[in-house]
Amino acid sequence: MTNQNQTPASKMPEVETVPTAWQRFKDTHIWNSFIKDRVAQISLTIFMGYVIMALFAPVIAPFDPYDPTQMDIMNSELPPSWDEEMGEEQFWLGTDAQGRDLWSTILYGTRISLTIGICAVLLQATIGIIVGLIAGYRGGRVDSILMRFADVQLSFSTMMVAIVVLAIFQASFGTELYQDLAMVMLILVIGIAEWPQYARTIRASVLAEKKKEYIDAARVMGLGQIRIMFRHILPNTLSPILVISTVQVANAIISEASLSFLGLGMPVSQPSLGSLISSGFEYIFSGAWWITVIPGVVLVVLVLVMNLLGDWLRDVLNPKLYKG
Amino acid sequence: MIAFFIKRLAQAIVVMFVISIISFSIQDNLGDPLREMVGQSVSEAERQELRNELGLNDPFLVQYGRFVKNALQGDLGTSYFFKEPALDVILGKLPATLELVFGASLIIVFLSVPLGVYSAINPHSWFSRAVMGFSIIGISVPVFLTAIGLIYLFSIELGWMPSFGRGDTQPMFWGWESGFFTWDGIAHLILPCISLASIMLPLFIRLIRAEMMEVLQSEYVKSAWAKGLNPRRIYFLHALKNTMLPVITVGGVQIGTMVAYTILTETVFQWPGMGFLFLEAINRVDTPLIVAYLIVVGAIFVITNTIVDLIYGLVNPTVNLAGKK
Repeated sequence: MTNQNQTPASKMPEVETVPTAWQRFKDTHIWNSFIKDRVAQISLTIFMGYVIMALFAPVIAPFDPYDPTQMDIMNSELPPSWDEEMGEEQFWLGTDAQGRDLWSTILYGTRISLTIGICAVLLQATIGIIVGLIAGYRGGRVDSILMRFADVQLSFSTMMVAIVVLAIFQASFGTELYQDLAMVMLILVIGIAEWPQYARTIRASVLAEKKKEYIDAARVMGLGQIRIMFRHILPNTLSPILVISTVQVANAIISEASLSFLGLGMPVSQPSLGSLISSGFEYIFSGAWWITVIPGVVLVVLVLVMNLLGDWLRDVLNPKLYKG
Repeated sequence: MIAFFIKRLAQAIVVMFVISIISFSIQDNLGDPLREMVGQSVSEAERQELRNELGLNDPFLVQYGRFVKNALQGDLGTSYFFKEPALDVILGKLPATLELVFGASLIIVFLSVPLGVYSAINPHSWFSRAVMGFSIIGISVPVFLTAIGLIYLFSIELGWMPSFGRGDTQPMFWGWESGFFTWDGIAHLILPCISLASIMLPLFIRLIRAEMMEVLQSEYVKSAWAKGLNPRRIYFLHALKNTMLPVITVGGVQIGTMVAYTILTETVFQWPGMGFLFLEAINRVDTPLIVAYLIVVGAIFVITNTIVDLIYGLVNPTVNLAGKK
């Protein structure tokens, strides 16, 4: 971490200046606990590594897995290059059943998995924040109707809803059209199925914030309800949002992988990590372990570091999270 | 109590009604049953005749009325593929799935309570740290990867366990064939149950630990210590009781979730249960079977949620059963 080198500087006697944003950030609780927590540092480093892999996949990848002219069936199921007998130098992680370079495919797959995870959570957060703010701020009948809705939605597990909805869409659209829409469908389904998580947490914090004096002050000043909700209450509910978002992205990535594994997610021609594992599973019995194991490890490490970061954030920010 | 019961029952009926509407609109719009039933060589006139015979040309409301009337009599249509009543096909596979869920629940209950309580009592011991470390890894591994890993290790490399199917089953009452009473059946159950349990076990360990730690901070536990009670009595009688309250609620919801995850485990292990059947039905566009599955699973969700709410109301005296303010 380069950030660690800068820590001694903050201990030096400072000249009287207006503190910059960076200097103010260095005094915060979150930064102080970050520089003490080795696990959080490692997790963040690995996570940033993933983000860079995803963002620059087309630059890093030696091959383009979406380009059929670069696929050669003669290259299929080659083991990683450290296998002396069979491996080839140019495919360092081996190739999959269609002769695609596994390393390039994993880079593109990580990109797809992260995109779906983040977009789905953005959708969840948007719906959940709006519903939670309205339910918490307005209270009364609006509140009880919206929360009843959330209860019913939560009582059906996300996985169940997602499997049923996607399966029916696939059956009614036909597989080909479905494959073109798969990414949008995954984002929509995972995004819509999990909004109550946000709505309940936000509602709980809004109820706590609403009683405070600054809200009364804002109301006395004659500010509109929407302004009070979004400009005054929302910024004070950010820490629970941050904590659940980290964990929710991890969950969304797992859901996407599971759905793709069932054949309801990303198609093999545009594989996410889950569909890559799924396509490799057919070959694991014939000894081609790397098509399943390597993307599996990549997926687990990604989800693991996000969960570790989420745990760390929860301990540091210690928000009042809604308990089930 | 009765008012609470009626309220819950009304909510359950509303939810089932919504499920029936969704199921019916699926049945009405999804796929072309004729294409699945007859081959390419059947002429257009014969197709039309078959359509009329099946009632596929009737108006929407007539069809919905017929659907509800039949559904209430337990008739959810005939599976296009099996040529048998869809409900019978689903219920025939239900025991396999329930045994999977039951086996996984046993693993979860017998591991999560002692591990969670132990790591709450001794939060700094190396064993608790190992348990917590294991649990965060467990949360991060998708259930199908656990299943694949178990198959690879125990079936392919070591050859200790069978990798697919149910093995020998013992016929029980009402056509229930159980795998719990033969060694072969149990051997087939172990890996699928472990992988199904792996998704919930870490959640429960963490939940029980967190709740227990909170309870141990409370005043009444402190006063129990001050009275000089036996530590074992404090932990397992006084503290555990209040720890389990939130665990019951979460547990009820998770039983439903487990039914969803059986689809994944059953696919990996080719377990002949409802979930595997459902995916096959999707691929064959076997609409009556899809609808029957949705209704059976919906009913399982609604029943477990209702029962859990009632139990929670019974064991927790602070819940206001009648809903009065």
